Amino acid sequence: MLKLIDVQTHYGKIQALRDINIEIHQGEIITLIGANGAGKSTTLMTTCGIVPPSSGDILFNGKSIVHMNPNKIVAMGISQVPEGRHIFPYLSVKENLDMGAFLRDDTVQIRKDMDHIFEMFPILAERQHQQGGTLSGGEQQMLAISRALMAKPKLLLLDEPSLGLAPIIVRQIFDIIKKVNQENNTTIFLVEQNANLALKVADRGYVMENGRITLTDSAGNLLANDDVRKAYLGI
Amino acid sequence: MVTLEEIKKSFLASIWFMFLTFPIMVIRVNTVQNEIEWRWKNMILIGIASFILSFFWRNLFRQKIKKGKQKDPSENTEKISIFQKVLKEKKYYYPGTVALCFFVTGFPLLFSLYQINIMITALIYVMLGLGLNIVVGLAGLLDLGYVAFYAVGAYSYALLHYHFGIGFWTALPLGGLLSALFGILLGYPVLRLRGDYLAIVTLGFGEIIRLILENWNEFSFGPSGIANIPRPGFFGIKMSLEGHTIYLYYLMILLVLFTIFVVNRLQNSRIGRAWIALREDEIACQAMGIDKAKTKLTAFALGATWAGMGGVIFAAKTTFINPASFTIWESIIILCIVVLGGMGSILGVISGAMILILLPEYLRAFSEYRMLIFGVVLVVMMIFRPGGIIPDIRRAYKYKGKETH
Repeated sequence: MLKLIDVQTHYGKIQALRDINIEIHQGEIITLIGANGAGKSTTLMTTCGIVPPSSGDILFNGKSIVHMNPNKIVAMGISQVPEGRHIFPYLSVKENLDMGAFLRDDTVQIRKDMDHIFEMFPILAERQHQQGGTLSGGEQQMLAISRALMAKPKLLLLDEPSLGLAPIIVRQIFDIIKKVNQENNTTIFLVEQNANLALKVADRGYVMENGRITLTDSAGNLLANDDVRKAYLGI
Repeated sequence: MVTLEEIKKSFLASIWFMFLTFPIMVIRVNTVQNEIEWRWKNMILIGIASFILSFFWRNLFRQKIKKGKQKDPSENTEKISIFQKVLKEKKYYYPGTVALCFFVTGFPLLFSLYQINIMITALIYVMLGLGLNIVVGLAGLLDLGYVAFYAVGAYSYALLHYHFGIGFWTALPLGGLLSALFGILLGYPVLRLRGDYLAIVTLGFGEIIRLILENWNEFSFGPSGIANIPRPGFFGIKMSLEGHTIYLYYLMILLVLFTIFVVNRLQNSRIGRAWIALREDEIACQAMGIDKAKTKLTAFALGATWAGMGGVIFAAKTTFINPASFTIWESIIILCIVVLGGMGSILGVISGAMILILLPEYLRAFSEYRMLIFGVVLVVMMIFRPGGIIPDIRRAYKYKGKETH
């Protein structure tokens, strides 16, 4: 479904990504783990067109999306939940969700999808008239994911959904991710620091170090891998 | 509860004020007799006045905080002003609208030519305010050089008439179009900027336009300006000065109504939602699939269009323009209209324009203190009504599905 081929990305003269090769199949949950500054977020940013790669190719369903505008990429069915949530703070929860459906015209179906979201997250239904900025961190993360889902994406990019959340909330968020994957058959590309939880929900994983992919395997194998355990799980 | 602490703080404030105003209020040099007069009485008066003021000020603050605490954060009733509440009730709404219509149509018959002229100026500013409201209020791009587009409009009418004899009605859309072009011209280089950087670049843009008009004598006739710009015609009928003014007044009313209609439609359209998303969060805006560049450029272009049309009308009204009418001060006034009235709110901008343009005219007696009052009003407003006089209420998207709670 999504294929990154020898992708290199530079910020000015600094090279952030070196020969990244990632392949994601329909219906999978793929996770990308690594330390701070390894290039995980850059990989996501490059995928959704905000930071264009300096060389290499990115294929989405066989079509190259390199050097496309971010809005065109979203229109093709790749939605992202940006790092740090970035909900619209002064818009109500409902307006936030409505923004997620910005590119869609099917009013009736949008309503239905919103209903579905409210069923999945009763707390959001309860707070639908509240301003986004007044929600708690966990609720904001739920809103950010829901908002991305309102675009009916084929591929959902999640950037550190556990950032700044309490462990119990993080577990909830990961349950939601699993549920979204199963119910909507949405392919998920998950970038995470919390390697332990990420590998538990994912099918396969990639390990990143200094802008390079150093290891890739099934999530189960990675969890059992001694190097990964030492470096990222602290065991 | 008045605590000792409060009194102490107010006392300190009054001492500070006495110290600050000491040089101007107490010392007076009598240059004739070469001696210094010490007016100690003034100092005591200042002390008492500032003590009382500071005391009340603190009280108001405390009440504001208390009020904020009592409110349930899930309700945003606070944002709706009394004015809007009254408007919501049908029994006031229709009579109010009818009365307003009568007042507006009857205005030229009731008041003198001077008043009508002031009102036309105020209406031009309503138009400018609504235009800037698109850029600042909706799209959240702080534009300090808005007057440049106003100047482009005015000069395009004046120059097009001077060289090609183009009339008002042709110049009106042309001026708007040219300004929109300049809006895009400014928009391109500032696509990547936001916040303070954007403000500085737009400020520079405004000044550049003014300086070009002032110094390029062959093109714009420099500081001496362009005179004998014709007033708008009405099917070639000859009119007296009074007739022209009244005609311009009604014209302005129609144009303002047209502006309100268009801005209102824009606000609730897809592009309006894109502007709001851009204002709230640029990263999220991109993640929603909104074309950031296009959204910014349309905001600049559409905002500039109204300024351009306002400029054409201004040129037609005064029949003479020179660069002195398009200083940075104008930009600030228009910005104040938007901020004071209520960012993003059409009603707010209209009331802001009326207050800021009409009040100084009628309070000529206090013109020395105009800036002082202006500053005080702005500070007080930002503390007690940060949303403006009539804040924006966005159209709520009615949720017709089953309520989940």
